[in-house]
Amino acid sequence: MKPWRDPGLWLSLLVTAAIGLWPAVAANKPYAREMMFTVLMSVGLASSLNIMQGYTGYVNFGHIIFFGLGGYVGFYLLSVYHAPLYVAALAGALTAALVAFLLGKAILRLRGAYFALATIGINEAARSFVKNFDPFGGPTGMTLKFHVYQAYGGANQALWITYIALVVLTLLIILVSYLVKTSKFGLGLMAIRENEDAAEVMGIVAPDAKTWAYVLSAVFPGIIGVLFFFKNGNIEPGDAFRLQQSIEVIVMVMLGGQGLVFGPLVGAAVYQRLRGYLLVSPLFKNIQLAVAGLLLLIIILFVPAGLIGWLRGRFPRLRRWLV
Amino acid sequence: MSADIILRVENVSKRFGGLQALSDVTFDLPRGQILGLIGPNGAGKTTLFNAINGIYPPEEGRVLFNGQDITGWKPYRVAKAGLARTHQIVQPLNDLTVLENVMAGACFGHENHPLGRAREIADEVLEFVGLAERRDLLAGSLNVAQKKRLELARALASHPYLLLLDEVLAGLNPAEIAEMVQVVLKIRDQGVTILIIEHVMHALMNVSDRVIVLDYGKQIAEGTPEEIANNPRVIEAYLGDPKLAEKMLRGEV
Amino acid sequence: MIDFLIASLTDGLLLGFVYGIAAMGLSLIWGVMRVINLSHGATIALGMFGIYLAFTGLGMNPYLTLPLLAAASLLLGILVYFVAVHRVIDAPYLSTLLATFAVNMIVIGIGTAIFTTSPRNVDFSLGSLSLGPITVTWARVLAALAAAVVTGLLYLFLYRTRLGKSIRAVSNNKAAAELMGIATSWVLAFSFGLGTMLAAISGGLIATFFPFTILAGGGYQVKGFVICVLGGLGNPLGALIGGLILGAMEGIIPAFMETSWVPVLEFILFVIILLVRPTGLLGSKT
Repeated sequence: MKPWRDPGLWLSLLVTAAIGLWPAVAANKPYAREMMFTVLMSVGLASSLNIMQGYTGYVNFGHIIFFGLGGYVGFYLLSVYHAPLYVAALAGALTAALVAFLLGKAILRLRGAYFALATIGINEAARSFVKNFDPFGGPTGMTLKFHVYQAYGGANQALWITYIALVVLTLLIILVSYLVKTSKFGLGLMAIRENEDAAEVMGIVAPDAKTWAYVLSAVFPGIIGVLFFFKNGNIEPGDAFRLQQSIEVIVMVMLGGQGLVFGPLVGAAVYQRLRGYLLVSPLFKNIQLAVAGLLLLIIILFVPAGLIGWLRGRFPRLRRWLV
Repeated sequence: MSADIILRVENVSKRFGGLQALSDVTFDLPRGQILGLIGPNGAGKTTLFNAINGIYPPEEGRVLFNGQDITGWKPYRVAKAGLARTHQIVQPLNDLTVLENVMAGACFGHENHPLGRAREIADEVLEFVGLAERRDLLAGSLNVAQKKRLELARALASHPYLLLLDEVLAGLNPAEIAEMVQVVLKIRDQGVTILIIEHVMHALMNVSDRVIVLDYGKQIAEGTPEEIANNPRVIEAYLGDPKLAEKMLRGEV
Repeated sequence: MIDFLIASLTDGLLLGFVYGIAAMGLSLIWGVMRVINLSHGATIALGMFGIYLAFTGLGMNPYLTLPLLAAASLLLGILVYFVAVHRVIDAPYLSTLLATFAVNMIVIGIGTAIFTTSPRNVDFSLGSLSLGPITVTWARVLAALAAAVVTGLLYLFLYRTRLGKSIRAVSNNKAAAELMGIATSWVLAFSFGLGTMLAAISGGLIATFFPFTILAGGGYQVKGFVICVLGGLGNPLGALIGGLILGAMEGIIPAFMETSWVPVLEFILFVIILLVRPTGLLGSKT
C-alpha cells in the first residue's frame, strides 16, 4: 500500500499535529506550549526508541544518552560559538549518530539481557564522563547567556521557534517510524526481533541492520536534546543523563504498545498527561512515582501488548487505523 | 571442480568440547540431484548442515558452493550466495504473518527483491506449499504441520540453488508425508538441488538419488538407496535389523 | 605513599565484602531465573532505612537487628516474587526487567513520600582499629565480617540443605530441573527472597558507615551489576570476588586521580568485560 493511502499513517500524523497545534487555540498559550513541549518531546523519544525496542527487539536503557550527548554538543556550539540553532541541531544529530554507530559496532554483539545491562553501564559511564569533562562545565554544566536569544527576536520568540521546530521534528519522527515499519529494512528488523539466528539464515545481515536501526533511533533524541536545552537555557549532567528518564521512555513505549507506530505516540501522550495530573493533584503529588510504578506493573502483568496493542487484539476492525 | 558439482564438502571436521561431532566428512553433490543424509540420532547430521551454512564453522576441511570456498562464511553471506535451509526445530517468526515470513525469505536471499516483488513470490510459494489461505494469520498460530510448510516456503521463496532440508517430514501424519514428498520432488523438478536429512526412511529412500550415512560423525557409507539398504555396515550400525532394510525399501516403515 | 595505598586498599577491600553480598543477591536471582532484578536498589535502600529506624527509633543495636532485617526481607522478596515476577517469569526478558523496575518505582515512591530525600545516617560510632600504618573504623571491619559470615551461611545453605540443593540444580540446568519437578514456584520464590535478603543486609551494613537517602540504593545497584559482570553472572562466589575487585579499585584509584573519575572507569570496565568475557573474569570462556 502506498503510504499516503494508509489511514493508519494519517491518524498518527493527525494526532501529533493536534497535540502540536493545541497551544495555538489554548487560552493560556505559553502554559499550553510548555505542557505540549514535554508531551511532544516524549512522543519523539518514545517513537525513536521504538525503532530499537519495538521493531528490533533490543531493550535500550541508554536511549537518553543520545538526548544528553546531542544536547551537550549543540549547547556547546550555541553558547561558546553562538552557532545558529539549526547548526547546533545538526551537530547534535551527527554526534548522536556517530556515537550510536561506534557504540553499536561494539555492544550490539550482545544479545538480550546482556545488551540491556551494557546500556545501563553506558548510560552511567556517559554521565560520569560529562561530569568530569571541563569544556562542558563539569558537574555544574553550562548556561546560555541571555543575549543569545536576541538573535531570535527575544526569549519569547525563541521559545516559539523552538516549539515549532519540535512539532515539525515530531511529525518527521512519526513518518520515519512508519516508513521503517513498512519497509524491507523494517521487515528485516522485525525478523531479527522474532528470531535473530533464523533471520541470519534467511540472509538478513543482522549486525548491519541492528547498527543502522540503532543509529536511526539515536539521531532524533540527539536533535530533541538540542531543542530542549536551548529552550531551558542551561544544561547539567543530572538533567542530560537520567537513567530514570530512559526508563520512563521505555514505560511509554510499553504503555502504548511496542512495535506499532501509533503505540508509542499514545503511550507518551497518556503517560505525560497522567504524570502532569498526578503532579498537581494534592492527593497523588507525593506518591506519583509509586502510582506510575503500579500502573507499569499492571500493564506488564495484564496488558503486555499495551493500550493500542490491546485494542488491535480486541477489535480487529480497528487494525487498519491503529498501525 | 567440475561445473555440475554444486556442493563439495572436503574433509570437514567439527568438535564440541570432547565430542567429535564430525570427522573427515567428504562428498560431492551434483547439481539437480537429491542427496539424502541419514544416521542415528546424534550422528552429526544437523551439525553438518550447520557447518555448511556457517552456524558453526568447521575446524578442518572446506566447503565449496558453486565453485566458491564458503568455509567460515557467516550464515547471511551463505544465504546471499543462494543456499537456503530449513530447521529441524521450526523457527517461525511468530509475531509476523505467514505472508511476511515468506516475504522475508524472498527479500533477503540471493535475489534481494524489493517488497513488492517479494510479495508476488511469497504468494506463489504459499500457493505451492498449500498455505495460501493462511497468509494473513500470525505464524505463531499455525499447527506443527503448517509451520513445517512455512519453514519450507520461506526457504523456497529465496529461490535457492541449493536447499538443505532438515527433517521436514518429522511429526507429520502419513497423508501429510505423502503430500510433502510430492512437494519436495516438485522442487527438485524446478531445478533446485536438495540435501535432505530424514528419519522417515521409505520417504527418503524414494526421493533420494544418492544417500550418505553418518554414524558418530563419521561417514560410513555412500551410494544409491538400494546400495545403502543392502550395505551390511549400514544395517549393522544403523538399522540393526536386516529385515528392516527390506521393509524400508518396500515402504512399510 | 605506600602506607596510604595500603590503608586505602584495606578500606576498599572491606567495602568490597559489603558490595559483594548485594551483588551475590543479583547473581543468585539471575542464575536461578534469568531475571535482572531492578528492584535490588530499592531493597538496598529499605535495608538502610530498616537499620536506621531500628536504631534511631527503638535504640536497637544495628548488628543485632540484622537477623531481624534478614527475616523480614526474605519474606518481602517472596511476596514480591509472587506479586510481580511469577506471572511473567516465562515471558520475554523485558517483562521481568520492567516488572522489577515497577516494584522499584513503587518502593522508592512510597519511601520518598514518607522519608523525603534528605540524607540520613546511623550515628553509632565504635571508634577505629589501628594496625601499624592501617587505621580502619570498626564499623567497616564489622560490616566486612558480617558479610563474610552471611556468605558462609549462604554456602552452607546452598550445599547442605535440600532446598539449597534444589536452588543450585535449577541454576545449573533449568530445563532438567523442571523435568525432575524441582523448579517449583516455591524454589524460585525462595531464591528471589534470598536475593532480596542479601540486598537488604548489604544496605543495612552500608548504613552503618555511609550517609544515605531513600534514593541511594540505585547507585549501589549499578555497582552490583558491575560486580556481577566482573565475577560472572549467576556465580555467587564470583560476585564476592568481583566485590573485592571493585572495592579495591575504589580504594586505590583516588590515589592517582580525582575520585569523580572512579565511576567512569568502573562503567567502562563493566562494558569492556561484558564484551570480551560475558561470562565474567572467573567464568568459562563461551
